[in-house]
Amino acid sequence: MKKAQMKFMMLITGLLASSMAVAEYGLNLRRGVTEYSQTAYGLHTLTLWICIVIGVLVFGAMIVSIFTHRKSKGYKAEQFSHSTVAEVIWTIIPIIILVVIAIPATKALIQMENPTDDSGKRMKMDLTIKVTGYQWKWKYDYMEDGISFLSTLDRDHNIARQKGSNIDVNTIENYLLEVDNPLVIPVDTNIRFLLTADDVIHSWWVPDFGWKRDAIPGYINEAWTNVKTPGIYRGQCAELCGKDHGFMPIVVEALSKEDYAQWLAEQKGEQAEEAELVQTEWTKEQLMAKGEEVYNAQCGTCHQASGAGMPPAFPALAGSEFVNGPATDQIDLVLNGKPGTAMQAFGNILSETDIAAAITYTRNSFGNTAGDVVQPATVKSMKQ
Amino acid sequence: MSHDITHNEIGHDHHDHKPKGFVKRWLMTTNHKDIGTLYLVFALAMFILGGAMAMVIRLELFQPGLQFIEPHFFNQMTTMHALVMIFGAVMPAFVGLANWMIPLMIGAPDMALPRMNNWSFWILPFAFTMLLATFFMDGGAPAGGWTMYPPLVLQGGHNVGFLVFAVHMMGISSIMGAINVIATIMNMRAPNVGYLNMPLFVWTWLITAFLLIAVMPVLAGAVTMVLTDRYFATSFFNAAGGGDPVLFQHLFWFFGHPEVYIMILPAFGIVSEIIPTFARKPLFGYVSMVYATAAIAFLSFIVWAHHMFSVGMPLGGELYFMYATMMIAVPTGVKIFNWVATMWKGSMTFETPMLWSLAFVVLFSIGGFSGVMMALAPVDLQYHDTYFIVAHFHYVLVTGAVYGIIAGVYYWLPKWSGHMYSERLGKIHFWWSTISVNVLFFPQHFLGLAGMPRRIPDYSTQFAEFNMMSSIGGFAFGLAQVFFVYIVWKTVRGGEKATDQVWDDAKGLEWTVPSPAPYHTFEEFGPVDLDKMAHGKIH
Amino acid sequence: MSETSKDQYYVPHLAKWPIVGTVGMTVTFVGATLAMNSQTSTTPWVMYAGIAIILTMFFGWFSEVIKESEDNLYNKQVDGSFRMGMIWFIFSEVMFFAAFFGALFYARTLSIPWLGGEGTGLATNEVLWNGFEGVWPSNGPGELNGRFEIIDPYHLPLVNTLLLIASSVTITIAHHALRAGNRSQTIFWLIATVILGAVFIFFQAEEYVLAYQEFNLKLSSGIYGSTFFMLTGFHGVHVTLGAIMISIITIRVIKGHFKPESHFGFEAVAWYWHFVDVVWLGLFIFVYIL
Ligand code: HEA
Ligand code: HEA
Ligand code: HEC
Ligand code: CUA
Ligand SMILES: [Cu+2]
Repeated sequence: MKKAQMKFMMLITGLLASSMAVAEYGLNLRRGVTEYSQTAYGLHTLTLWICIVIGVLVFGAMIVSIFTHRKSKGYKAEQFSHSTVAEVIWTIIPIIILVVIAIPATKALIQMENPTDDSGKRMKMDLTIKVTGYQWKWKYDYMEDGISFLSTLDRDHNIARQKGSNIDVNTIENYLLEVDNPLVIPVDTNIRFLLTADDVIHSWWVPDFGWKRDAIPGYINEAWTNVKTPGIYRGQCAELCGKDHGFMPIVVEALSKEDYAQWLAEQKGEQAEEAELVQTEWTKEQLMAKGEEVYNAQCGTCHQASGAGMPPAFPALAGSEFVNGPATDQIDLVLNGKPGTAMQAFGNILSETDIAAAITYTRNSFGNTAGDVVQPATVKSMKQ
Repeated sequence: MSHDITHNEIGHDHHDHKPKGFVKRWLMTTNHKDIGTLYLVFALAMFILGGAMAMVIRLELFQPGLQFIEPHFFNQMTTMHALVMIFGAVMPAFVGLANWMIPLMIGAPDMALPRMNNWSFWILPFAFTMLLATFFMDGGAPAGGWTMYPPLVLQGGHNVGFLVFAVHMMGISSIMGAINVIATIMNMRAPNVGYLNMPLFVWTWLITAFLLIAVMPVLAGAVTMVLTDRYFATSFFNAAGGGDPVLFQHLFWFFGHPEVYIMILPAFGIVSEIIPTFARKPLFGYVSMVYATAAIAFLSFIVWAHHMFSVGMPLGGELYFMYATMMIAVPTGVKIFNWVATMWKGSMTFETPMLWSLAFVVLFSIGGFSGVMMALAPVDLQYHDTYFIVAHFHYVLVTGAVYGIIAGVYYWLPKWSGHMYSERLGKIHFWWSTISVNVLFFPQHFLGLAGMPRRIPDYSTQFAEFNMMSSIGGFAFGLAQVFFVYIVWKTVRGGEKATDQVWDDAKGLEWTVPSPAPYHTFEEFGPVDLDKMAHGKIH
Repeated sequence: MSETSKDQYYVPHLAKWPIVGTVGMTVTFVGATLAMNSQTSTTPWVMYAGIAIILTMFFGWFSEVIKESEDNLYNKQVDGSFRMGMIWFIFSEVMFFAAFFGALFYARTLSIPWLGGEGTGLATNEVLWNGFEGVWPSNGPGELNGRFEIIDPYHLPLVNTLLLIASSVTITIAHHALRAGNRSQTIFWLIATVILGAVFIFFQAEEYVLAYQEFNLKLSSGIYGSTFFMLTGFHGVHVTLGAIMISIITIRVIKGHFKPESHFGFEAVAWYWHFVDVVWLGLFIFVYIL
């Protein structure tokens, strides 16, 4: 018996020691880079220590009892069976402890939900970003500046993560936490997020900001942040949203205000340029080249790069009668999606050019022989 | 008429007459002991099955990168692992223990409604056959998590109907089982056994049964709405029609939170039987134990949205649910302190059931502590849907509920089978499990804090070490449970004869009947010897 | 000891009906799922077969219980168990309805106002559903299934309310008559109750036809249609079951079952009927009037 108990004690000490070592590796909760995340970290630490102290006391009493009040030592059992005083004490003390924790927690929560500035007035937000979750990507709309883009798992990571890819994922930096287009924000700015989703519930979470919030189809949730230090912050979708839930990371690049202004100008220019391109006539080669890119990034997760799909959930586009049928039907489907299925309405997600290219690509690849091209202008006219 | 005469004749001529043949003995049985056995065997089978799914999960998570299964199948594993463990293993195991022990503990000849008792059990294997059959269908098994949140669950294709109806059947089974427990406890106690003479296991089960009747129908309603949204164009969870996906979460957790206490209160009861026995001292604070149990049950109805701090509730709602949740720590603390006070100045020995109970007290508390941390809404915005939660609920479920069940099995197995289990093997099982279960679940706290979300088949390389550690612990813990099956099997087959009393200082009516307990006990309705009862005013 | 020793709790020996019931339940559910999943319009025969098995089970099971009861095998304690069984069964039904009432209250007081821009829903309304006004009744910002009208509570529903209240009274009169040992009175008032129930169901069906054909109010009419039809529909199913149960009780009274001092079967059905009645009052107030 004795030996077994020693082993148990050793295990406990071992675990404690390893947990301290872990803290050094930075595997405790992150302090983060916002005021809110620091508050949450503080609360976490406070409660953790309170629990540890209670644990030491309670388990300590138990261990003392186990080692002294045992039959093998000839200890005779007493027969008391209650003590009102003791019971009242150990009801009241936990209540007091809980009240002590509840006070800072209440303050922190109010600051998250109804933020006020130093003077006690409702905090003014400088920038509004709408975040929309899709299976399995994010879309960011800068509400004031009219720019928007999609953000999906980086292509190299996506290839590496496939089963049987034979790529050693340890060689990939920030494996699964890299995207093609990160969200770019300025530091020292109050940013208001409007979160929603288009298909199922997702949850937008950057640990360094200190919170996550669900993106719910048909509703908008609000949250806010103010990042103090420039840098790159990574997070992930935190609500189960289907097969690729594990593969919809979030990357936020916080820039100094000047750099941000410059980035914004560039973006505006690019998006205007793209709008121009819709009016121009595209050649089949151009459309096919762009289409392959768009298809692999946007459609391939479901319909597969080979066009084979994953029946019955995701139909094959290769050899599909529908894809080889009239182009207008297909444009309509891709623009408006099919309600009740995972096939989304891409009209609000992709540009007309991207849609035209992707459709052209599907109609002329995987052995499909529709042969025609779909021009961005056609898509645009159907979108109205 | 003739049929009944025969029955009564048989009942009196040879007390231990058991019906012959599989169909009569098991399929048509009305005997609480047989039905208890059926429940326990079924639960064990489901535990192995659910555990095997957990092994698949741990295997895939052993290293970063996808090695063995596709993401969609991983989600099916997570979902079905939880459904099988909760509805197939833990709940039926407790109902099995209730069936075996409650009549024996209160001096009743059987459960109050024996035919319905048979029905409650036999629904389960059929329900699970239906649920598990989805693995072989197009599109596979449900993969939207055991929480079944719409709209995701609606994308389940063909399995939605089977999932919903299987849940309905489990619900019907649980409700009938609970009604039976209530009727038995309120109506079948031996005439001189008052409520405050009842063993705590009986008390905790009485309260659990009320929880079951109150919340299972709400779950049934919620999944019915999923069914009609999927197949009949209703809009309960569709914003365009004025519904709200979050409505489902409210309904689900109105069920789900009491559900977790359904899985822990009977374990509290078991531990409250075992600790006094091996401390040779009456349970400390019997009455406050009863009140604490009732308080926990009451609070469990008003805290559900602590699972939903990130859905965007109004501030007032979040504050309310935070405070209410924190309050649960108070009655639970009373229980923990009472157990420690029961040990205090006792004369303890450490037979296998006691070891499991002691580990229960410590490890459940650790799970409870992380629960209190998560109750703080502002920090839960970090913890939510990470492995920190996974660690929390496995501490309360595996080292809580499952440890309680295992402790109860070691405690009562001699009474059921008439044989003593091997103390040596039991202790090996205990130490092997307790070390490995901590290797399995403790590192998950760190993973969660470092930012690993739950329900993902693949993860960033920074999480590799702790996942590997956790998987190794998981395989070891799994093997230990295979060993458990062996121990139980061996004990049932033979071994040292158990005395009627089994444990020197155990109190309770169950120890007044022979070992193994005869097929019929307490057939004559009449007073019992209250001095033999473990708890209550008489002490 | 005599074979009907009353100081012994009656424990039936072997039960064949539960397993029949389980099989029936499984066949019904599998059949229903197959029917819902199949793209083609295969008739749901499997489901009907399952329902037939369940009905057989109930018939057989209750025949057995009734026989045992008439053979005097049950003592007071057994009666007590049955009572508790019924009470808690009804309580579980109450909780089932509570889920749907909960959905109704949630939609009316939370989700519809939020979609309309109240409270935390301001951004939801501005960004996603601009122009939607969150007033009840509503089929949501997507106006699913188009414009619809709602049922005027003071026509058929009011009549139905009166019918059900009257039926609660008649069944109580029947109960008193039974206790007074007046068999023919009992039968008369029981039949009156069944008729009132049947007329209620008829009007309810009428109302559904009206809703679908005249008012364009359908199950698919957004959250209003969903809550309206699910609540009244489940209630209607319960009234139907209750009416069948009362019919069976009536037949039993005609056959000479029940004694003035012990008639649990009768009481159980009466409780159930009152429960159905109370649910209707909730429906009338919260679904129709408010
Ligand atoms: C047996 C099951 C069980 C039990 C008993 C508990 C007990 C508790 N749980 Fe847990 N919980 C689950 C099973 C359980 N839980 C499951 C399955 C989930 C996840 C579901 C899912 O999402 O899939 C979950 C999730 C969960 C969440 C949601 C997290 C999230 O998703 O974001 C929260 C948040 O508040 C929570 C809190 C608590 C609390 C406060 C208790 C309390 O009852 C604990 C009380 C106990 C103690 C506190 C220890 C002993 C007390 C003392 C020694 C006294 C002194 C202590 C203090 C003053 C601190 N639980
Ligand atoms: C009572 C309930 C219960 C029990 C007992 C368990 C037991 C275990 N659980 Fe459970 N688990 C849940 C309830 C439970 N779990 C719930 C509710 C969820 C959330 C689901 C969701 O997100 O929807 C979950 C999720 C969950 C996850 C997270 C998955 C994810 O988020 O993707 C993990 C990962 O490690 C896990 C692991 C384990 C392990 C290793 C055990 C072990 O304790 C199991 C040990 C038992 C055995 C292993 C059986 C015996 C042995 C064999 C079958 C032989 C094979 C053995 C070898 C190959 C070694 N569980
Ligand atoms: C999240 C998953 C998903 C993504 C991403 C996706 N689809 Fe689909 N797609 C589906 C599903 C599911 C269906 C089947 C809908 C149904 O049930 O009819 C579908 C159907 C189709 C069809 C009709 C096929 C047929 O034979 O009926 C076409 C064409 C199509 N998608 C094109 C695209 C294109 C082009 C893209 C990218 C711009 C795309 N899809 C992206 C899920 C997806
Ligand atoms: Cu998106 Cu998970
Ligand atoms: Cu909970």
